[in-house]
Amino acid sequence: MHRLKLFCLTAMLAPLLLHAETSPQGSVRQSIAKAVTSSAADQDSILAQIVSAGGVSKAERDLLTSWTNGEIYLYDDPSGKSVPIVLEQPDTTDKTRAFRVDTGELLQDANGVAVMIDPTTATASDITAGLRKKIQRTLDLLSLSDPNPDVRRAIAFKLGSSQKAENLSVLETRLNTETDPRVKKVILQAKALIELADPAHPDRQVAAANALATLNCIGGLDALGAVAGNNSASPEVKQAATKATQAIRSYLSVVNFFGTIFRGFSLGSILLISALGLAITFGLMGVINMAHGEMIAVGAYTTYVVENVFRDGLPLSPLGISITLPGLHLSGWIFQTYFIFAIPLSFLAAALAGLALERLVIRFLYRRVLESLLATWGVSLIMQQLFRLVFGANNVQVNSPSWLLGNFTVSDVTLGYNRIFVIAFAILIVVGTWMLLTKTPLGLFIRAVIQDRDMAACMGVPTERVNMLTFAFGSGLAGLAGAFLSQIGNVGPSLGQSYIIDSFMTVVVGGVGSIAGTVVSAVGIGCSDQVLQQVLGSPVLGKIMVLVVIILFLQWKPGGFFPTRSRSLDG
Amino acid sequence: MQKSFRQAELWGIAIGALIILVVLPALNAFVPENSVFHVSDFTINLYGKYLCYAVLAISVDLLWGYTGLLSLGQCLFFALGGYAFGMHLMLMIGKLGQYHSDLPDFMVFLGYPKLPLHWEPFRSFWFAVTGVVLVPGLLALVFGFLAFRSRIRGVYFSILTQALTYGACLMFFRNDFTFGGNNGLTDFKFLLGYDVRSAATQRGLFIATGVLLVLTYVFCRWLTLTKFGKIQRAVRDSENRVLFSGYAAANFKLFVFVVSAIIAGLAGALYVPQVGIINPSEMAPDKSLEAVVWVAVGGRGTLIGPVIGAIVVNALKSWATRAFPDLWLLILGAMFVIVVLFLPKGIVGLPAQILSLLKRSTAYVRKSSAQSEGASELSLKESSTPPPPGAIGTGGVE
Repeated sequence: MHRLKLFCLTAMLAPLLLHAETSPQGSVRQSIAKAVTSSAADQDSILAQIVSAGGVSKAERDLLTSWTNGEIYLYDDPSGKSVPIVLEQPDTTDKTRAFRVDTGELLQDANGVAVMIDPTTATASDITAGLRKKIQRTLDLLSLSDPNPDVRRAIAFKLGSSQKAENLSVLETRLNTETDPRVKKVILQAKALIELADPAHPDRQVAAANALATLNCIGGLDALGAVAGNNSASPEVKQAATKATQAIRSYLSVVNFFGTIFRGFSLGSILLISALGLAITFGLMGVINMAHGEMIAVGAYTTYVVENVFRDGLPLSPLGISITLPGLHLSGWIFQTYFIFAIPLSFLAAALAGLALERLVIRFLYRRVLESLLATWGVSLIMQQLFRLVFGANNVQVNSPSWLLGNFTVSDVTLGYNRIFVIAFAILIVVGTWMLLTKTPLGLFIRAVIQDRDMAACMGVPTERVNMLTFAFGSGLAGLAGAFLSQIGNVGPSLGQSYIIDSFMTVVVGGVGSIAGTVVSAVGIGCSDQVLQQVLGSPVLGKIMVLVVIILFLQWKPGGFFPTRSRSLDG
Repeated sequence: MQKSFRQAELWGIAIGALIILVVLPALNAFVPENSVFHVSDFTINLYGKYLCYAVLAISVDLLWGYTGLLSLGQCLFFALGGYAFGMHLMLMIGKLGQYHSDLPDFMVFLGYPKLPLHWEPFRSFWFAVTGVVLVPGLLALVFGFLAFRSRIRGVYFSILTQALTYGACLMFFRNDFTFGGNNGLTDFKFLLGYDVRSAATQRGLFIATGVLLVLTYVFCRWLTLTKFGKIQRAVRDSENRVLFSGYAAANFKLFVFVVSAIIAGLAGALYVPQVGIINPSEMAPDKSLEAVVWVAVGGRGTLIGPVIGAIVVNALKSWATRAFPDLWLLILGAMFVIVVLFLPKGIVGLPAQILSLLKRSTAYVRKSSAQSEGASELSLKESSTPPPPGAIGTGGVE
């Protein structure tokens, strides 16, 4: 049956396609206006012409939609001609102005005064169920030939999941001209889905099921399941559907696995950025900075402030004093660049905070490790409360720039741009830190102070300054982590608290003082966290399991992945 | 080193016990309400809470001040003791709950078909008391065994205990963990047949807490005076030297860890009926850190320090959270930084510190050699108290 239909359609389209190439391209609006008042046969040819001509704008497509909704009216102008119009406000019962369909201009009488139309008495253009279907098909076809491949894929998928045989012809037509392989794949999937639902041809159903399996159509699982569970279907079809389901399921588990690994890597990268600062202050300097989490929050809040300054400014009221940061009132792509400015500013703000912390508190505690833990916890309490007083106790929302929002799909694994960006940036930061430590004079000093503070001082290394700079650098890295976290979740006064324990774990598992160890353990913890979440089906249980695994891991390797080799007993 | 209780300390304990166990309850029970000397029910309840905190602080100090193990998860044991006792109290509500069911309210609310098996024995008061001792004790035994066996010490021990309490906190927040989720256990009615909320029961609980505090103090004092106590302090000051002298330092640490967990559990058990609720926020990492603040403020390495610290900080908290709700955390944080930086011996060490400062300044003015003499004299005097905290964590044979 649908073969016949297909034949009809192609037969109908073929001459028109030729025709379109030769005839001058008329305005789509005019074509629509002509079609409204034409006979049924002419309507068919005009609609086909619109499709073949392509280049239909949004407004023109809306006109077609209004037509199917019966919102195109006919106005008899003084010369007796029937003019198709759309109303400015179709939903009111008051008189309203109208626009001509053919030109898009305001409907005016001879004196140039707008004609007011009463929607309750105006004559609507005739529309039959058949015509409506034809217009809908035209719209679908137009979407199928949309220049944007994403739109084409979406519509093809929609047509396929409807599983209606009448959509088959449209898809097949498009398949012949489609060049984008990904769109082609979706169209093939949609075709198979439709054929699968046709019980009249069991052989074609089997072929469709096999096709779905080879195409790894995840969206077809439900349809296949329905066929496999359908008792009226023939055994071969059921068998083929079951087999296809299994094939797609196993494919799906592979996709999920890679998706989990990807999310694990991105979580690991965030952990890495936040733990790297800690690895420097804790691992290299031997200072436990419990306020490290608040340095993350400093970075996140800096991003928030930068975003608001780029927008409309930010009213703040710390301790009852009202301050309003002026805004630059930017918009468009200039506003989207705010994050580029926010990254270095977050680093700077956190580094300055770290510098102050080192000068005021930590420098007195270099030889009293446990006490540095307690004092910095006090500092962390103070900073959290300050955030609350300045920015409010509630979480604030940072809007991501649009270039971080999208995602793309590689064989059904969705990769978000923001996650990819975080991974790339983590790599950059690790390389940068490694370069700083091994290739610069400051790095040489830092390593000397780590190895033997007193000896380094004797050799003329300005240990005080090195401490200061190292601590500021470590805190600055935390600020960078905060800038990224603000793109992934909300920013609140206790943001740092949720990362501090994870960060410490990362450093301890990696081996204190080893940057390579921190990298390995951050990625390892990130991935195992995501995998355990998948397996246990709950984020909290996953987190708890990770903690248990870490405690057991330390039984096996108390020094972490890369323990510092030292002859000292307590080293 | 002291060989036995000092006379002054004995008197101190006796007077403290008298005030807590006799004077305050009597002023609450027998002095008419309009009298100046009357102690209100609210005050008794509040002081009862402080005493529980004081016991908890002693348990932290036994670990940190005397053995050099800074546990950042002590409130986990406190809360576990509280939960064990809270389960008993929960079952004693009977059919008087909101849903008039045999099951505790939250179980009805969360749709439990029947009482989970591990809840069943907590109907017995004595089983609950055993649970209060055993649950924290066993957890400390297992965790301590694993931690000390692999020689996790110093900062790593602190971080791991913090992770432990964090993990447990997340676990208890879950509704399907059968302990009431984030609402915890609350709405208690009866304890051994008495109405929990009546003034007389609260007074009884206050006295019981006082008894626990005095017993804990005496036990810890006795423990630190024995040979065991000497090894304990030796582990704190130089663990490696203890190891090389042939002592199994890990076993000593494990014992102290378990004992302090049990003490914390007992304090938690008495805390719950007085406060009327136990929920997972009690085992959040901040709470344990706060307990460490009390000890640091009071003065670690002494037994009276934690008691003073717990009471002073909490009294300050009660006042400041009402007077300056926005500033309380700033005050607490600043107090902590200042105590760590400038008062390493806390309130207890303050007189000696002021004295030494005075001596030094007078010596400076005189520009004589009295300064060094004064200092050495002072250090001789201080040798009866533990060495400066700077030694903790960095001590060891180089």
